[in-house]
Amino acid sequence: MTGRQKTFTLGGIHPEENKLSANAPIEVLPLPKQAIIPMGQNLGAPSKPIVNRGDLVKVGQLIAEAGGFISANIHSPVSGKVLKIDNVPDASGYKRPGIVINVEGDEWEESIDRSVEIKEEIELDGKEIIERVKEKGLVGMGGATFPTFVKLMPPPGKVADYLLINGVECEPYLTSDHRLMLEKGKEILIGTKILMKALKVKKAVIGIENNKPDAINHINELAKGYEGIEVQPLKVQYPQGGEKQLIKAALNREVPSGKLPIEVGCVVQNVGTAYAVYEAVQKNKPLIERVVTVTGKAVRKPSNFMVRVGTPVQELIDAAEGLPESTGKIVNGGPMMGKALTSLEVPVVKGSSGILLMQESESRRKPESPCIRCSKCTYVCPMGLEPFLLAKAAKVGRFDIAEKELVMDCIECGSCQYTCPASIPLLDYLRLGKSMVGAIIRNRKK
Amino acid sequence: MNMLTVSGSPHIHGDESTKKVMYGVVYAMIPAMLVSVYYFGLNALRVLLLATAAALFFEWLIQKYLIKGPVTITDGSALVTGILLAFNVPSNLPSWMVIVGALVAIGMAKMSFGGLGKNIFNPALVARVFLLISFPVQMTSWPKPHAIINGLTDAVTGPTPLGIVKEGLDAGKTMSELTPELPNYLQELIGQMGGSMGEVSAIALILGGLYMIFRKIITWHIPVSMLLTVVVFSGILWGVDPEHYADPVFHLLTGGMLLGAIFMATDMVTSPMTRGGQLLFGFGVGLLTILIRIWGAYPEGVSFAILLMNAVVPLINRGFKPRRFGVKPGVEIKTS
Amino acid sequence: MDNIVIIAVTALGGLGLIAAVILYFIASKFKVYEDPRIDEVEEALPSANCGGCGFPGCRAFAEATVKEAKENKSIEGLNCPVGGNDVMQEVGKILGLEIEQQAPLIAVVRCNGSKTNSPAKINYEGATSCAFAHALYSGEGGCQYGCLGLGDCVDACDFDAIHMNPETGLPVVNDKCTACGACVEACPRDIIELRKRGPKERRIFVSCVNKEKGGPAKKNCAVACIGCGKCEKVCNFDAITITSFLAYIDFEKCTLCRKCVEVCPTDAIWEVNFKPRKPKLPKVDATSTKEVTTGKKVVETAPTENSKQEQNKEGVPKEENKE
Repeated sequence: MTGRQKTFTLGGIHPEENKLSANAPIEVLPLPKQAIIPMGQNLGAPSKPIVNRGDLVKVGQLIAEAGGFISANIHSPVSGKVLKIDNVPDASGYKRPGIVINVEGDEWEESIDRSVEIKEEIELDGKEIIERVKEKGLVGMGGATFPTFVKLMPPPGKVADYLLINGVECEPYLTSDHRLMLEKGKEILIGTKILMKALKVKKAVIGIENNKPDAINHINELAKGYEGIEVQPLKVQYPQGGEKQLIKAALNREVPSGKLPIEVGCVVQNVGTAYAVYEAVQKNKPLIERVVTVTGKAVRKPSNFMVRVGTPVQELIDAAEGLPESTGKIVNGGPMMGKALTSLEVPVVKGSSGILLMQESESRRKPESPCIRCSKCTYVCPMGLEPFLLAKAAKVGRFDIAEKELVMDCIECGSCQYTCPASIPLLDYLRLGKSMVGAIIRNRKK
Repeated sequence: MNMLTVSGSPHIHGDESTKKVMYGVVYAMIPAMLVSVYYFGLNALRVLLLATAAALFFEWLIQKYLIKGPVTITDGSALVTGILLAFNVPSNLPSWMVIVGALVAIGMAKMSFGGLGKNIFNPALVARVFLLISFPVQMTSWPKPHAIINGLTDAVTGPTPLGIVKEGLDAGKTMSELTPELPNYLQELIGQMGGSMGEVSAIALILGGLYMIFRKIITWHIPVSMLLTVVVFSGILWGVDPEHYADPVFHLLTGGMLLGAIFMATDMVTSPMTRGGQLLFGFGVGLLTILIRIWGAYPEGVSFAILLMNAVVPLINRGFKPRRFGVKPGVEIKTS
Repeated sequence: MDNIVIIAVTALGGLGLIAAVILYFIASKFKVYEDPRIDEVEEALPSANCGGCGFPGCRAFAEATVKEAKENKSIEGLNCPVGGNDVMQEVGKILGLEIEQQAPLIAVVRCNGSKTNSPAKINYEGATSCAFAHALYSGEGGCQYGCLGLGDCVDACDFDAIHMNPETGLPVVNDKCTACGACVEACPRDIIELRKRGPKERRIFVSCVNKEKGGPAKKNCAVACIGCGKCEKVCNFDAITITSFLAYIDFEKCTLCRKCVEVCPTDAIWEVNFKPRKPKLPKVDATSTKEVTTGKKVVETAPTENSKQEQNKEGVPKEENKE
């Protein structure tokens, strides 16, 4: 690659990368004793349980059905007996419906191909692929957990011409996508091919940031054997992993405000999703496990684990040689967009990309001081918004101003709050503004 | 294990803080401080210490006993105001006037609006203009620069280069007649001319400005657009009639032009929030400065120009929005 | 000199005259008839513009009442909670209608998850906004139904009638409450309810909104309603219903007999402003003021807890003074 390194043009920050676990190969975590499977694992409607208490289930058996169009099936990640169908605490401490399974053995559904051989040939046609992806409960693995099949069906009148595979992993600390690209490169490329077939696009671009030269080289080398797939190295900048930012960086197309990537002919999928698509289509395996990074400055053994969905976070931490004494905050995901956990009993879900253990000293926010109107938040906003203004509007309840100033375009990347010299919780207020304005807009449509 | 903390993302914070920003500005002012002490001697040191001490004291007093809120004098903002105030007055200003200036800056221009971040006008400039209007004689008797290494004799006072030009032209002289009375460019660069304490040395100020740009405390937009406007506007006038208008370089290097462009107009609190707004702001300041310098009653116009533009900053902020992602420029944003 | 005066006077006078004529024609051409009673009604209203009636301000309410009165000869359903009966009678007089007496209401905070009853397990950092915190997590004490204590209700109140008690971390309603309902709207967890003020300000209500089963509810909070059903059984007036492990007392049916308060095992049912019961234990001494006001609680809870609860009770200290 020559010339100026590609990246998105508006705003952005560069936090310390701290990719502590980049050299830790993916380890398969032993099965948990109990799997807790929340029903709300995807964006959209929660799934509906179809098993009963006391039922015996196998690995890969469907245990919950999609609860609406934008929803996903859930398959049992373990084999054993359904202990209860009850409210289980989710990441935020709310008790929501879930299935708890007592693990007994490791018996898989026969239809799943568990061989390690790589299957290159794509036998299914486009429609069958989408059907398979839907049936196997695939969701976006980058963290947003949007059901994958929905993205593969562009709305009428819209045609995709580019598939973008997101291997950016711009969040500090996280390395699960990085390791996946190094260890499952071939599978990812076949998965990409499958997605291309489903979308009927000729070209696919895999975007990878420059801080992962090994992954860029590896995938680049492999991609030579696959027509239409190109690797695009990108300059390190957060939040490049955001769909709109990635499209801008890789293809210089700008998704219009309030619209989806399909508007500019693009579909973005995470590398983790591409891998899951490979497994679902070629091996008939539902989404029951994923790679999770366990990391943090005080963690004794920062690791990447292949984990069954439903495994309590506690077990991952134990496998990384225990919870450090100094832990003050546990984040599900990366430090910029992850969600703070309220307890260690919550399970890994389809969207968990990492468990970040922060030390007590790191986990406290700096005290807030008055805004000095330095407008650094405006400079770093990748959406060209004015976070100070939107936060103020939300704080005083002027949601009309917040709406006019495009609060709904906020991608909640947190760059503004990261940069703010006065340590104002800008994103807290932006989120409040977004939820209020969202409610106002929904009411208006009624 | 400690009690877990729950908060919204992001969970990490950059290194920047208000304190660091403010002390960054203080560091940037060190060269100019040294120059002022070098040329104006112990008197300059007296004004500097007095202004900063008074500014800090008044901020503490008001926060503690009037507002009865938290005292935040360590955040550096009052320190910056104090130093800037010192920079904006002659070094021989009586001590009590310096203290009055600090009170006006902190009490009237900053705290009465609600403290840090809420003031509309640059506090140090409000104080300077207040002093200039209240005590015109003392505020315009400029000690001649007198290098400290040549002994600590009492300095002689004299007019500033701008004052010489203003009076000379008003008296019907031409620029070529006035040139011998003026310092040459080199003297203007290093600060060998009459003027307020901090404004004399162009080099020291530019050094500070570069440091602030490097530290990303300020951006180039306001200083460059302001100075460019001055050069272009005064250049046109000079080109038309060099005998009655001073040349652009003279305008750039004399008076408070650089001090204003680098330290006063770029004050975060009182300048616009977007790049476009900042360019317009700089243009406005530059234009008003030359208008006042050439046709106004005062020889110097930077402070007035900045204060006038401060007043329209809220308007500029309304008009100039950042370029929104996914919104074509010029297209009206519709709210569904 | 005289000339100038004359010119000035004529010019200004002429301008004024022309403007007056133009204004007169415009005023008469664009005249809008407005029922004068709207102004009268508006005059009678408290002009708090709080929106408690459901209209954006007193003027809008006045317009609505006059319109209703004209069309339906009744303004049923329209009520100014802030003004109360007096104001509504006044409005009725203006409109020539009989207005039914409404029982005065007051906002009631149905959560007692104070810092001691529901000790913090998690430390929250972030925006001081219940709406935001509600979306983020369940709560410092772990109860996903309980009060978050960040004061959205306090911000919403226009009447200085609700304040945070820093010791308990819970809001307390005082007598200034006009039942405008702003706090009810503001609370993201529907903890605040408008209930009948009751005779002599006496009220009984369940101070909990936790819909979890007994075990989990009790795990997070010592005074949670566990849905045991004892109160439902003891009530002779069908005033108490239990839905999803939570008791609710219908204030229309409740006769304030206080039987339910006695049987509640978790002290989740509150009685407010009642005279002391006959003491179950012999009176100890005069300093035991709590006994005077809240009978049973004294017997059953620790003294520190008592002082907290006492602060939570609206109007309790006043009663004390009287006695």
